[in-house]
Amino acid sequence: MTTQTPSKPAREPGPITQAVTRFGQGLIDIVSTLGGIITMGLDVFRWSVRRPFRLVNLFAQLDFVGVGSIFIVSLTGTFTGMVFALQTSTAFRLFDAESLVGPTVALTLTRELAAVFSALMVTMRAGSAMCTELGTMRVTEQVDALETMAVNPVQYLLVPRVLAGLFMVPALTMLFNTMGMGGAYVVAVGGLGISPGTFLTRTQQWLAPEDIFQGLLKGAVFGLAVSLICCFKGFNASGGAKGVGQATTEAMVASALSIFILDFILGVLFF
Amino acid sequence: MSPPASNAPASGTPMIQVVDLHKTFGDHKVLTGINLTVPAGSTCVILGGSGSGKTVLMKHMIGLLKPDRGQVIIDGEDIVPMGVEALQRVRNKFGMVFQAAALFDSMTVFENVAFPLREHTKDPEDVIRQKVRARLDLMGLKKDVEDRFPADLSGGMRKRVGLARAIVMDPKVVLYDEPTTGLDPITTDSVDEMILAAQKELGVTSVVISHDISSAFNVADQIAFLSKGVIVASGSPEQLREAEHPAVKVFLETWFGKN
Repeated sequence: MTTQTPSKPAREPGPITQAVTRFGQGLIDIVSTLGGIITMGLDVFRWSVRRPFRLVNLFAQLDFVGVGSIFIVSLTGTFTGMVFALQTSTAFRLFDAESLVGPTVALTLTRELAAVFSALMVTMRAGSAMCTELGTMRVTEQVDALETMAVNPVQYLLVPRVLAGLFMVPALTMLFNTMGMGGAYVVAVGGLGISPGTFLTRTQQWLAPEDIFQGLLKGAVFGLAVSLICCFKGFNASGGAKGVGQATTEAMVASALSIFILDFILGVLFF
Repeated sequence: MSPPASNAPASGTPMIQVVDLHKTFGDHKVLTGINLTVPAGSTCVILGGSGSGKTVLMKHMIGLLKPDRGQVIIDGEDIVPMGVEALQRVRNKFGMVFQAAALFDSMTVFENVAFPLREHTKDPEDVIRQKVRARLDLMGLKKDVEDRFPADLSGGMRKRVGLARAIVMDPKVVLYDEPTTGLDPITTDSVDEMILAAQKELGVTSVVISHDISSAFNVADQIAFLSKGVIVASGSPEQLREAEHPAVKVFLETWFGKN
């Protein structure tokens, strides 16, 4: 007769093992999400150059992302320029260099702030809507319905949204630049008494076309990243209304973080 | 009643063949060797409890999922190895009615039903209008419904619009995913009639996924019973009532009683 020794109960993993496991799992999630976004991005560009070209959908998204954001971007741009002029003039006044308010605001806006703020505004306004709409379509089987009707959902739903992000964020960045400089001019010339000639001439002296192009390029990269992230999260949502809400939250956080991380990487590359 | 549409294949030849189909999600084996043949022009109901793998099987039939192993032969073509473009061509033979209708909520009823025609034909707008009207008529939907949005329709009406959209391209096969779930008995009857009408008027092959025994026995030429990822009994409704498999017996007893 054989006797069986009772097996030892499984030991609970220690706090260090648990922490390492959580860190590893988080890392795997990030890498797999990044891989998914890149794969989807390649898919989007493959389908964007193939017939049928869905111009109606594209123009609808250009209108939604771009035209729909004009007001909020104009407002943000104007106030950012005004505040920046106000704060820099306080500092420059200390060593009698108020003539540098114009160029300082211009360089900061064109090289950094316009692209970052425009992309953040588009993320909040259009990116969240993109993610929620696609997520709802996914969980209510509307995406499956498209596929069963032999319509490619990547081409029909994702291509117009991603292209709209890519094209419209640079356009909104330019609008932000213009409105920001307008705001700065009003505060500097109208409020602080800097002469219009000094403001404009100094700005012209310091600001080069490359500064504007750098900002626009950043805007295009941010627009592409934000629209891809929001589309990816929405398109792969699951678990009903709660799942769509969670996907939207994740999309907003990931989009905002990606803007700042990409801004640093591009800043280093352009430096 | 008009004769079946001319695009219907000869009755009796297999329209759908599923051969030794296996599918696993993670550690969960959902389908473990499905074999099923659906003759052209017939209505096959796949009956089974929740979580038995019915919807997964249907998604394989239209290529929304790829199996781990096995074949899905539609009208003589194995769709498993097909790429996106070849699958799109095969999907033109299908119409699908989803459990919650899956109507596009940003479009009106008319735009929903017209959608496949606008995507896949060059029909002028007046021809599209006629075809949409004809399908909505067949489903018993009045003209004033055309301009309403899906959110303004009852569950039964949404199902009817879903079927009108599924059959507007004169497909060879219509798949129904739990068409009577969540409907009252009268609406369930009308959905059954709608399935029979689509088959008789258009000569389509129908595959219905359901756990509604009454509805299954109303519409089916053939019933396949799915349990734990495998078809344990298959045949005409009468044959299924005589099936000896315990899972089938227990399931049918809930409707027919123990005797």
